[in-house]
This record gives sequence, C-alpha cells and structure tokens, in this order.
Amino acid sequence: MATVAIASGRLSRAPLRHTAPILLVAPLALYMAAFYALPLASMLLRSIADPTWTMENYRRLAGDAVFLHVFGTTLRTALIVTLGALAFGYPVALALSRLRQGAATLVLIIVLLPFWTSVLVRSYAWMVLLGRKGLVNEALIATGLIDAPLKLLNTPFAVHIAMIHILLPYMILPIASVLRQIDGALLRAAAGLGAPPRRVFLQVVLPLSIPGVAAGVLLVFVLSLGFYITPALVGGPRDLMLSMLIAQQVDLLNWPYAACLSTALLAATLLLILVSLRLPGVRDVLRTATR
Amino acid sequence: MTGRIAFALCWILVLAFLALPILIVAALSFSSASYLTFPPPGFGVRWYRAYLGSSEWLASTWLSFAVAACVVVLATILGTLASLGLARLPRAMQAAFGALILSPLIVPGIVVAIGIYYVFARYRLVGTPVGLVLAHTCLAVPFVVTSVSASLAGLDRRLEQAALSLGATPWGTFRQVTLPLIRPSVFVGALFAFITSFDELIVALFLSGSGAITLPRRMWDDLRFAIDPTIAAVSTLTIVLAAALLGGAHILRQQQIGRQIGTTDG
Repeated sequence: MATVAIASGRLSRAPLRHTAPILLVAPLALYMAAFYALPLASMLLRSIADPTWTMENYRRLAGDAVFLHVFGTTLRTALIVTLGALAFGYPVALALSRLRQGAATLVLIIVLLPFWTSVLVRSYAWMVLLGRKGLVNEALIATGLIDAPLKLLNTPFAVHIAMIHILLPYMILPIASVLRQIDGALLRAAAGLGAPPRRVFLQVVLPLSIPGVAAGVLLVFVLSLGFYITPALVGGPRDLMLSMLIAQQVDLLNWPYAACLSTALLAATLLLILVSLRLPGVRDVLRTATR
Repeated sequence: MTGRIAFALCWILVLAFLALPILIVAALSFSSASYLTFPPPGFGVRWYRAYLGSSEWLASTWLSFAVAACVVVLATILGTLASLGLARLPRAMQAAFGALILSPLIVPGIVVAIGIYYVFARYRLVGTPVGLVLAHTCLAVPFVVTSVSASLAGLDRRLEQAALSLGATPWGTFRQVTLPLIRPSVFVGALFAFITSFDELIVALFLSGSGAITLPRRMWDDLRFAIDPTIAAVSTLTIVLAAALLGGAHILRQQQIGRQIGTTDG
C-alpha cells in the first residue's frame, strides 16, 4: 500500500510531468532545427528577400513561360504516373488480399524488394532495358515487330514507365491494407444472395476500397511531383520536371529563382497532403500503411 | 472462369514488371561481354573484379559505409530518445514535434538538398563526410521514430509503472523494462536508417563536392558517361545488401510482435 502511494506520488508531480518528455525530444528537435528546418527556411526566404523584401520573384513566376511549361510537364507526368500505378497496382493489391498466407508472403516480397532497392539502381535498370541496344529493342527486333530500334530512352515514355515501376509499392500497400480489412462475411453474403463475382467486386469490394485508393493516389502523386533522379536519367532534355529546373538554377547560382520554385513545389505538396488528410478514411489508411 | 484467368494473368504480369528489371541487372552483372548486351554471350565475374580492382569504387564504398554507420548511431540515439518523449507528451505537442521530425518523408528531396546545401556551403561542410552525416541523419531519423513509436504504442504501460512502484529509478526502468521490450524496433529503425543513408543520392549530389564521393554519387557520375557493366555489378551488390537488411528487419519485427503478445498475455 505504502509503495503504491509513493509510486503514484512520483508519477503525478504535476508541474514536472511534461518537462522530462520535452527533455527527451529536445536533442532531436534542436538537431533538426539546426541542420534541416532553419537551412530550409533561410533558403526559401531568399525568394522574398533578395536583397530587400519583395514579391517581385513570385509575380514574375506567373508570367514565366519556362516555369509554366515545366510546371505543366510536372503535373502531367504526376497524373499519368498516378493513373498508371493505379491501373497496375490494384490487381496486385487485390491478389495480395485473396491469396493464401504463403503465396501472399511471396508476392509481398516481390513488391517490397524493389521498394528497398535504391531509386538510382531502378532507374539504371530502365536505362539498360530501354536503350537503343537495350533489351526491349532487341526483343522487338528479334520477333520481327520492328526493323530499326525505337527511341525509347530519353523520352517521356521512359520517364513514365520507370516512375510507375518505382512508385508502384506506394499504391499497392495502402490498397492491400484496406482490402485485407474487408469483412469476408460481406462478400459471402453478396455471393449467397446470387451476385456473380463481377458484381460482388463492383458493388462491395470496390466501394469499400476507396480510402485505400485515395491514400495510394495521394502518395504516388505527391512523390511524383518532386521526382528528380529518374527523370534526370531516363528523360529527355526537353521534358524538364520542376525538381530538375530547381537543380539547374542552383548550378547557375540563381538562388532567388530556385527558392521561388522550391516554395511552389513545397506549397503544392503540403496543400495536397493537408487536403487529403481531411478526406474520410485516408488518414487511418496512411497511419496503418506506414506501420 | 475466364475472368479469373484474366485477373491472375493481370497481376502476375505486373509482378513480372516489378521484379524483372532488377533481375536483369543482376543477370547482366555476371556477363562476360565488355559491353551491356542481353542475353550475355557467357558468364563470368569480370565486372565484380573490375569493381574490386578499382580504388575509386572501393573508396566510395567505404565512405558510404562509414557515413551510414555514423548516421545509424546518431539517428538511432536521437530518434529513440525523441520517441520515448513523444509518447509521453500531450497530443498537441506530439503533433507539432511529430510534424517537424517526420517532415523529411514528405518534403521533396530536391528542396531538402538545396536548403541544406545553401547553408552548409557557408560553413565549409560541402565535400566533407561530416556534412553528409549531419544531413543524412535528418533524412534517416523519421524511420527510427516511426518504428520505435509504433512499438511504444503497443507497450503495456503498467509494466513501467510496476517497475517504478517497486522502487526502480526512471533510468533503471528504461534500461531493464522499456528498452528490452522495444529493442527489436530500435534495431529495425537502425537498419532503415542505414539503408536510407547508404542509398541516398540527391543530398549527396550537392554535398559530395569533390572530396566526399559516396557510392550512389559515383554511380551517378559514371552513368552520365557510359552504361558500363561495372555499375550492374555494384547495383547487384547493393540490392543483395538491401535484401539482407530487409530480411533482418522482418525477423526483428516478428520478434517485436512476439514480445508484445508475450507481455500482454502474461
């Protein structure tokens, strides 16, 4: 009895209750402020403070043909990659939720192995596959479908296919996580009431999987917006993405413009995240999928 | 029936699409040809020999290992401490600190990279391993925090309270009760921290300079000139490393689940 009283006394020293946890978080918070948040903020500030406070850089952005073109390419790429990943990813997620334990683990390994292979290595793989003397061209010539090699590498097509490949796991995992939670009794009830498999899928499974689809679409779209390595390696010089334009401007030491573009990219990213976290279900899916 | 076959064909094709590019790179790395061609005319290890015989490639490999090892130490200590604190903070503060700590997962890599470059250049940290360690730790820490926080959420708080009530000091409670229970998750976080730093390229593009060229940076530089099979060999080695670490993380996760079931049952 006495020990319990002592213990509860130790646990409930009210004013001290939050100080100890803060001291545990403080080293990391200070570290990240010093080496990440403040550097980022001071760089972004260059967009409005060069040399005096001005909004001129942003005003110029709205009428800047290069920026508008690059922004358009970035959005189009993100959209195509997202739709592609959805079309490719949904069947795998569905299979993952229906397979028996052993087979599902195997599929999961195939999905996850590329996930932890670096983006650089995967982009390189596509350079090997899509080159003039690459595997795809050699195979097409060998089968007699084409006579001369097609130009596949350094085209928007190469960027799209490589990015879909790299981002697919981000689509598959949230959708699979939602599909796995669907109550099997619902499917049996629908089938028992005479619905053919197609109808069970369209009227029960598909609507219930929407939060997973929304989470996957959000992740893939947001990550596509900031992609750098893949488009730089397999894309053409004319299909500049926003991140490539930013890197180019830094090389030219044009910091105000680079900061402006970075702010635009960051704002678009955060806006999308904030909006989608308000959609019903998406927040929970993201929470369970990141675990 | 045809619907079922079409569906199976569909997802099996996508799995092939996911796996094949990586398998082909692995196969090509054992090619005996002096250029990339598929199928290889014969098999051999000449490209692995070329890699092991190049002092530049090896120097970059050691640098990447050394940087990643330092990142693991920093990120695991800072991240685990922060997770312990976060779990005990009120919700609003949890959300605020969580947003700062996890934001590198969301902020586009290029924005992080040039922001860090902008400031590090002024302090002469460009081209030094120290600069890379400091920057990579920020990118690796979210993986430690998510892994450790998840296991803390599943922890039975009464165990800590019991230890405290039996007279253990807070530090003793942490060392003898909390840490043993979350240890597998700490290791999972450490593994992810390692691979995050080891594979990181965008920050390295700006911070490597000419004095601290990491392995991904050297691969990138080489790719600009020629698609040489040496890169296939290096790629295959990094894939094997990632697979080994991922396998290790999987086993540790199973242990963590086992521990949690053990404590809640007992």
